Amino acid sequence: MSTETEVGVFLEAVLNYFSTAVQQAAVCGTPFLAIDKIPELSDFTGTIQISGKYSGLVAFTAPKSMLCVMLMRMQETDMCQENLCDLVGEIANTLSGNARRDFGHQFNISVPTVTIGRKNRLELPDGARPIVIPIGWRNYSSTLVVHLL
Amino acid sequence: MQTTIVHRLMVVDDSNVIRRRIERSQDLEVQFVGAARNGREALEMHAALRPTLVTMDLTMPEMDGTECVARLIERDPELRILVVSALADKLTAIEALEKGARGFLCKPFTDRQLNDALQKLMSS
Repeated sequence: MSTETEVGVFLEAVLNYFSTAVQQAAVCGTPFLAIDKIPELSDFTGTIQISGKYSGLVAFTAPKSMLCVMLMRMQETDMCQENLCDLVGEIANTLSGNARRDFGHQFNISVPTVTIGRKNRLELPDGARPIVIPIGWRNYSSTLVVHLL
Repeated sequence: MQTTIVHRLMVVDDSNVIRRRIERSQDLEVQFVGAARNGREALEMHAALRPTLVTMDLTMPEMDGTECVARLIERDPELRILVVSALADKLTAIEALEKGARGFLCKPFTDRQLNDALQKLMSS
């Protein structure tokens, strides 16, 4: 699958997620390849490891304030750290799972792992050129990082 | 006299946010009886809770949803299971249905989509 097609699959998944789960559209910025620079992380990051026909990772990273508003939109009243971690992991899981529609049954996804804090770094192999998709929702900025081999 | 069956719903999902969302959003005449975080927990809780309806995630730690569907149906062939998963490929849905699930709802979902899917499950 070409990089353009991969990007298209995840763009569609992101737009569908926001318009369905929180019923407010997101706007995706221009995707780019992170060359010689590991993408910076936000407050909470959910990462899915990909195995099978493809290998790599899909990570969604977002600020705490954005996740709190998303939880509110889902009628959740408890903004505890556990629920923020849960949500960021669930978003990464949903976007990866939805991608199986196009990548196929052999696109195996792990359960999410979640990291807290902007000082963390994604574990990417040397020379990796992950796709970075900037996501705007309301006044918040989040990012989807896709690294597939 | 017409008897109304009140279905007993158990939610199985490793996400607390999703478990609570399903518990809150269903506005049908369903009694929520409990929630499990993975397939193993669901099997443990099944005997005590005696659900008639189950929503089942697929990607979960310890025991995934596909295995759990098969084992629950082995115990109770009448159990109505709605798979609620992000895995959007057709083969996954077919596999879950072959194991005994009666419906498949893809994540993300709206409250209305969930209610429609549960309604369909109850009338199946």
